[in-house]
Amino acid sequence: MSATFFILAAVTLIGACAAMMLRGLVHCALALAVAFAGLGTLYLNLGAQFLGLAQLLVYVGAIAVLIVFVILLTRGGDSDSPALSPTALPIAGVLVATAIFAILAWAIFHTVAIHSPGLPAPQATIRQLGTSLMEGYVLPLEVIGLMLTAALIGAVIVAMKEKQDPR
Amino acid sequence: MTALAGCLLVSSMLFAVGLAGALTRRNTILVLVGIELMLNAANLNFVAFWRFGPHAGAATGMIFVLFSIGVAAAEAAVGLALILAVYRHTKTTDLSQLTGRPQ
Amino acid sequence: MPDQMFVLLKHWILGYSPAVIQPAVSILLTIIPILLVFPVLFALTTVLERKGLGRIQNRYGPNRVGFYGILQPMADALKSLTKEDIVPASADHTVHFLAPLVLLAVAFLPYAVLPIGRNMIAANLDAGVLFFFAIGAISELSVFMAGWSSRNKYSLLGAMRAVAQMISYEVPLLLSSIAVIMAAGSLSTVEIVEKQAGFSGIFPHWYVLTPWGFAGFVLFMIAATAETNRSPFDLPEGESEIIAGYYIEYSGFKFALFFLGEYLGMFAISGLGITLFLGGWSAPLPFLTWIPSWIWFFAKLVGLIIGFIWVRGTLPRLRMDQLMNFAWKFMLPMALVVVVSAGAWRFLPQGLTRWLVSTAFIAVAYTLLARGVETRNKIAKRTYRFAE
Repeated sequence: MSATFFILAAVTLIGACAAMMLRGLVHCALALAVAFAGLGTLYLNLGAQFLGLAQLLVYVGAIAVLIVFVILLTRGGDSDSPALSPTALPIAGVLVATAIFAILAWAIFHTVAIHSPGLPAPQATIRQLGTSLMEGYVLPLEVIGLMLTAALIGAVIVAMKEKQDPR
Repeated sequence: MTALAGCLLVSSMLFAVGLAGALTRRNTILVLVGIELMLNAANLNFVAFWRFGPHAGAATGMIFVLFSIGVAAAEAAVGLALILAVYRHTKTTDLSQLTGRPQ
Repeated sequence: MPDQMFVLLKHWILGYSPAVIQPAVSILLTIIPILLVFPVLFALTTVLERKGLGRIQNRYGPNRVGFYGILQPMADALKSLTKEDIVPASADHTVHFLAPLVLLAVAFLPYAVLPIGRNMIAANLDAGVLFFFAIGAISELSVFMAGWSSRNKYSLLGAMRAVAQMISYEVPLLLSSIAVIMAAGSLSTVEIVEKQAGFSGIFPHWYVLTPWGFAGFVLFMIAATAETNRSPFDLPEGESEIIAGYYIEYSGFKFALFFLGEYLGMFAISGLGITLFLGGWSAPLPFLTWIPSWIWFFAKLVGLIIGFIWVRGTLPRLRMDQLMNFAWKFMLPMALVVVVSAGAWRFLPQGLTRWLVSTAFIAVAYTLLARGVETRNKIAKRTYRFAE
């Protein structure tokens, strides 16, 4: 548990909290990008170089930008959406989340296996990662490729402006 | 506290924050953001177990996260496209207003 | 040993520093040259660009400050430093302040993985190319921050244009680099350059000298022009349409920071193009290897910069729909074909066959796609209509 880990974890969690609590939607999206970037550097800190960089590329570079785009396209950039509506539902939501966190934390602190001394860091070069992707996991890889293509086409069709008069 | 427990604690906090946001925020986009945060919390768990777990030789944890990132990208794209389509019909992204409408 | 003189100099200084601070000194000695050299190159480029554009447009360009206007950047720097820093009253102050800082930080980071000479790299990462693109992805967000926080419709339009353009052109940029990564079998920039450092006969093993490499290099440079928002892809800051795009509301030093960030981005992406396709620091001919490796890198960099300036002075700006059509209907399929062609090159035996097969892939795809773009989207020679 190094100081770097604590700082990165704090950045990630503060970013996540800000993304869920700020009033301006664009501010939320920017805070989300901070949280994603913090998580990416956390992966780097844990020795997963490829994953950390992929996280930055996909989440900060694509998903955060996509969210920002949709916020602007739905004209949410200026309007403030209230953080918590005055009904009883939000309190229930926070309570549920707290309860789940409490259960998870209890489980973490009461599991013996987790608290065994740390092992040396595993060596996983990018070459190994690529080889196992191309050999053992080639079918899931193909399925992911197919799914991404389907999602690409589906997203375009769903978001396409419907024509007023069909030809 | 070991490093693995620290990672798991951070990840469960991230999950709780995402869950709280997804349950309380009224904007559809922010609900999606909450779901993304929960997915990321799960990814952090995978990385932590890959790093500190007993079978570290295999890169399985990394590959699982890689696939998960791919799925999350597809999910975000389709989800946001749906939000756009709904917005075009109802002119709002507010969940509490969306439920009240007949369409 | 002029080739390794900077490396030796660093080790010599390190030898005289106490052991406790040696890591810190080593880091400083790596970072400070990068922080010095590239801004100086930026200053020289601004003069070169203004002089070059002037020549292309049949005028002189700056020629008042210093010898032949060579001190013009000093005057520009003084001017931007002494100007008033105006922040719009309705602007989002925090984001408005953070945007140029994020852009500049992100502009400097990619230099960490660029090998500017033999053994001259700040961080030899296993996934260097991926690092470059991951950092580049953050710059989109900083552009958006600048445009949105200004609360100006032109800056918002510029930011939206910039982000859409950068996302679209990142795809062919990445795909054309993937061809090189496939051929080299590594994501590390150092290894990619070392793979290209040999010679067969008098020809170097640069990837640009293969059919797929040449097509990939052209695609890469087009996409790089779009990524750095340079003409003819400068819609995000088209002066005649949306004034200055996402940095309208920035003045004084912050404006200069944006300018610096943009040029640093251009140098970095040119450096990556050199690393991937033009053999990095390796010499173009076997009898020229006595010239230090870092000189070759900077010579190639200056060459590409001159190319950028030339293109800027020559081509008119695209329209938004032309830009998007070009990215998704021409660049993306071409980049995919380049990847396939590189794969064919990799697995066919050496000799004439693989040249023919690799060229055939690209030639057929280019002919079909170019014809399709020409007829269907009516991208053709401009027809002029005059009022009578």
